[in-house]
Amino acid sequence: MSTHTDNHNPLRDRAWRALVWGVIAFFLVNVGMMILAVATNSVATRWLGTWLPEAYTTGWYLSAWKEFQLSHVLVVTVVVVFSVVFLSLLIGVPAAYTLARKDFRGKKLLTLLFLLPLMVPPITYGIPLATVMYQLHLAGTLPGVIIANMIPALPFVILVMTPFVEQIDTNIESAARVFGANTRQMFIYTLVPLLAPGVLAAGLLVLVRTVAMFELTFLVAGPDTQTLVVALYYAVFAAGVRAGQSVDAMAMIYMAITVLWLLIALRFVNPTQLVSRVKEHPVKG
Amino acid sequence: MAATTAMPVPRSGISPRPPFDPAVMLVAPAAALMVMFFVYPFAYGLLLSFQPAQGGVFQNYIHFFQTQDLWRTIGNTMQLALPATFINVAGALAIAYATRIKGPYQRLLSTLLVVPLTLGTVLIAEGMLTYFGPQGWLAQALRWLHVYEGSIRLTHNYWGVLISLIITGFPFAYLLILSYITGIDPALPRAAATLGADGWNRFRHIYLPLLTPGLVMAFCLSFVQAFSVFPSAVLLGSPGGTTRVIAIAAYEAAFEQYDYSLASAVAMIMGLAQLAIVVAALGLRSMFYRGPVTGGKG
Repeated sequence: MSTHTDNHNPLRDRAWRALVWGVIAFFLVNVGMMILAVATNSVATRWLGTWLPEAYTTGWYLSAWKEFQLSHVLVVTVVVVFSVVFLSLLIGVPAAYTLARKDFRGKKLLTLLFLLPLMVPPITYGIPLATVMYQLHLAGTLPGVIIANMIPALPFVILVMTPFVEQIDTNIESAARVFGANTRQMFIYTLVPLLAPGVLAAGLLVLVRTVAMFELTFLVAGPDTQTLVVALYYAVFAAGVRAGQSVDAMAMIYMAITVLWLLIALRFVNPTQLVSRVKEHPVKG
Repeated sequence: MAATTAMPVPRSGISPRPPFDPAVMLVAPAAALMVMFFVYPFAYGLLLSFQPAQGGVFQNYIHFFQTQDLWRTIGNTMQLALPATFINVAGALAIAYATRIKGPYQRLLSTLLVVPLTLGTVLIAEGMLTYFGPQGWLAQALRWLHVYEGSIRLTHNYWGVLISLIITGFPFAYLLILSYITGIDPALPRAAATLGADGWNRFRHIYLPLLTPGLVMAFCLSFVQAFSVFPSAVLLGSPGGTTRVIAIAAYEAAFEQYDYSLASAVAMIMGLAQLAIVVAALGLRSMFYRGPVTGGKG
């Protein structure tokens, strides 16, 4: 019997592989050209109906910076994003620990409570949330924007961290207990160092997601508390008043920031290990 | 007596009510935040939707289903979100399967495929308006090659929004499905290969059944994203016509008409419609295989 069982229908296999790689190439080429078009436009003086613009300038970046008060918007974005990441980790990691290790009544209900915000579109709870926040005078303030962004971020941290906790040997915790550590000490001195890679991964993913979170920030932010993504939307929405190149320059700044963070995230987190981890079996001759 | 010992000791029997463990309190802040800013607003919105400015308790819902401009938004949203989700999940499955094997270029390729996640709706909208526009590179290239001389209509309509949903949604589905595929023990398909299964049969009888739970999860999460499409429907679609999605209707009711009661009703209908699809998908899942994705020896 032949062991080369791949060759039952080589033509079909080859055609299928060509199709898949063709689709990948088509997708990447078109998305790449799209980004290149925006990048070209953002440094163009005038670009109408030709392959390339007449002349190039960096003036749009300067004018976008001033016109959209980008320095203020960037400060708001950084404050919101890092507060969301820090608070979600601070609250989410202990919660993930409890959900992974302990068994208690109402655990199923709690799991559902943490899963629902990821399963319901942000607009659905964002509108009632904005209504409540307007009554509490939280809407338009920084704490309001931070809290609104934590609603999807916190469950996300819990979802990502629970498997990380589950793979830590319980004997390590028992050993810490034997040496007299209380829950807080055990957490700080044994669990946090062991969980550090997972915490880093969850934090970076929350960071990328919060930078891109449009709907919730859009619904609760005021004129002074817009993050970059919302300011960008308003810039396009009020198009006509502003030059297209200026908007494109701002979009490029946004992309540069998010790509940077995503690349950092992918440096630490292998996307193939996000959901489950299996040790790879070496292929034996 | 176990009750008087200070240190927690492993119990041999199962007690009917385990003693209260203070460590459970670690989950309390997270639960409190969720109750205060997710459950409470949701309940408040639900109640508010039954308190219309005028008319009976169900006036908002009656108004929604009697106004053509409102109820057709459900159909519009479904027509965008369902095809986009199917294309994204099917495409991501095929491409993740093709790129599952670790090679020198696998990491680079998967990074490239994930990058569109970071583009943001505005950059995609601007890019599509420039690239697919009447004077854009695509039109120029097609004219130069004498392939197509007419005008390209891919923006400010249904197709513009669908394309942008694919560009933003595909990387997410790909990332998720790739991690599920690489989670499958490679020993299983190898065992199938020794028993004579070819490429297609290994996919059909080994990978696909094991992947079904992950695919359903990817479908649900992708669908939630596509269903709440809002900025791209405004920037790339025709917000008055075929891409007037339900999120636009909810936003207009809340922040243009300041009718929070109607807006809550629209938001609730949106959540219900979306949940109906998710429940249907999860229901279909229960008909398939559930079990470990690793071999017998774990």
